[in-house]
Amino acid sequence: MPAMAEKIISPFFDIKNSHTIDVYEKHGGYQAIQDVLRNKTPQDVIDAVLQANLRGLGGAGFPAGRKWSFIPKDSPKPKYLVVNADESEPGTFKDRYIMDNYTHGLFEGIMLAAYAIGCHKAFIYIRGEYIRQAENLVEQRDAARARGYLGKGIFGTDYDLDIVVHRGAGAYICGEETALLESLEGKKGWPRMKPPFPAIEGAFKCPTIVNNVETLSYVPSIMTKGPEWFANIGSERNGGMRLYSVSGLVKKPGVYELPLGTPLREIIYEHAGGLLDGRELKAVIPGGSSSPILTPDEIDVKMDYDSLAAIGSMLGSAGIIVMDETVDIVRSLYVVTRFYHHESCGQCTPCREGTGWAEKILKRILDGDGVPQDIKTLESIGNHIIGNTICPLGDAASMPLQSYLKKFRHEFEARVASKNGTGQVVEETVEDWN
Amino acid sequence: MSKVTFSPEAKNQFEEILSRYPEKRAAMLPTLYLAEKEFGYISPEVEVYIGELLEVPPVKVREVLTFYTLFASKPRGKYHFQICRGLSCDLRGCTKIIEHLAGKLDLKSEETSTDMKYTLTEVECLGACETAPMMQVNEDYQGHLTPVKIDKMLKDLK
Repeated sequence: MPAMAEKIISPFFDIKNSHTIDVYEKHGGYQAIQDVLRNKTPQDVIDAVLQANLRGLGGAGFPAGRKWSFIPKDSPKPKYLVVNADESEPGTFKDRYIMDNYTHGLFEGIMLAAYAIGCHKAFIYIRGEYIRQAENLVEQRDAARARGYLGKGIFGTDYDLDIVVHRGAGAYICGEETALLESLEGKKGWPRMKPPFPAIEGAFKCPTIVNNVETLSYVPSIMTKGPEWFANIGSERNGGMRLYSVSGLVKKPGVYELPLGTPLREIIYEHAGGLLDGRELKAVIPGGSSSPILTPDEIDVKMDYDSLAAIGSMLGSAGIIVMDETVDIVRSLYVVTRFYHHESCGQCTPCREGTGWAEKILKRILDGDGVPQDIKTLESIGNHIIGNTICPLGDAASMPLQSYLKKFRHEFEARVASKNGTGQVVEETVEDWN
Repeated sequence: MSKVTFSPEAKNQFEEILSRYPEKRAAMLPTLYLAEKEFGYISPEVEVYIGELLEVPPVKVREVLTFYTLFASKPRGKYHFQICRGLSCDLRGCTKIIEHLAGKLDLKSEETSTDMKYTLTEVECLGACETAPMMQVNEDYQGHLTPVKIDKMLKDLK
């Protein structure tokens, strides 16, 4: 890994009017797509992205090029590219920065991906709360149309492509790709059973690729600088850079663009400025609130898919949330569980009921009314949700439950051992039903 | 037949929305946003009207309206405070900020003041954790909230 890898997207965060075509082109924008449209085949683009080891940066980490190759080449149906801009995983805000500052970089990524899969209409599904970002996308999309960069025969070639900006309406579940497609079709966001996978039957029963904003935004640089260059930045099988969102109790919360595989310790203490007021670290969530929590002795981990999986956590959305010694872990788990209960779509019983039970139990522990059996009950709820639902929201709710209870068990035990702070031990009142 | 109808201008916007999608029903979310702008909120009459426009039974409109949190099914105040209670905001003390704002407005979450000026809603993560604690006031995000900042904001909104 080069000591100082060249940043790709984040320099645009500091350039004035970086969201406009002129500024984007001044910094080399729209070169890749013009070269590709004139000199390369769709398969060339897929091969380059495969070779670059670009993985899905929304959370799942599936290799982007492989996903694109699943689109059937002989299907007479229209193909769709759907951009997942429903950024809703707590602790994640990088896509907002991209849409605000690297608007045409995202558009060029969309053009390249669309060309690779033979798509002529792309939808950007953006979370409903990002009103200003949606306005900017529409404005810049119209500017690109006016230049002939979108619409019929883009860049003077015979390739047609248009982009539709579609606003969501406040539902975390619509970040799950099949729920997103249901929502795009005008329905409530209930995830679909897979198979069929979207590449075979996605939006409007047509072959569809759903990619995250960040994933697509790295594609132009892969085409201009070459897949080897991109692959060499990251660690093995984890190519390129990544936008880490850092929040919580650090001196400099923000978005940091660093190679995949950068140690978590370096991100917290060097880039995000370390902890407030010289406090001690207590815990870190590495990849959005659903990823299993880490303790201070685990933060030398490299921030890439494989290294985090090896220690039982995940890179997810790379939304890093930092907690110091002043943080009440029981409360944090309550806040996270309340979120997943609120956002459970209600389709699968284990998730719909289990997240509600867990929230209630955590609330009573917080209120000083917990009983020792509550800890086992919470574990049991987590174990019964995980793997038993159609979509990963159930897993997302269970992973914090399981990891907080395992790694910070003493805090939960101390809380339920005393009622209302009196120190009086409460008898178990619930039979162990496991 | 529905008792409400779009203005000619809104009808044109609706036609443009329809042209974006290969299927009529896909226009559901944008049409609900358009109707909210047109009528202030989505009443049962508006649900019926949207059902007619998109050629789906009204229940399919109700189902969408109640599934998503952003649509108003009753009138909201002129200023809608959506204050974030997500984990990153919680770590940065949003509980105190929510208490302060709720106290100043004399509202609980999801309540609207009788003069229809303010609506307060506690919401989940808004994706601006680097500015925690934060909230959305109508279209705009406001971050790094403090009681002093909130007091000033309320004064400016008068």
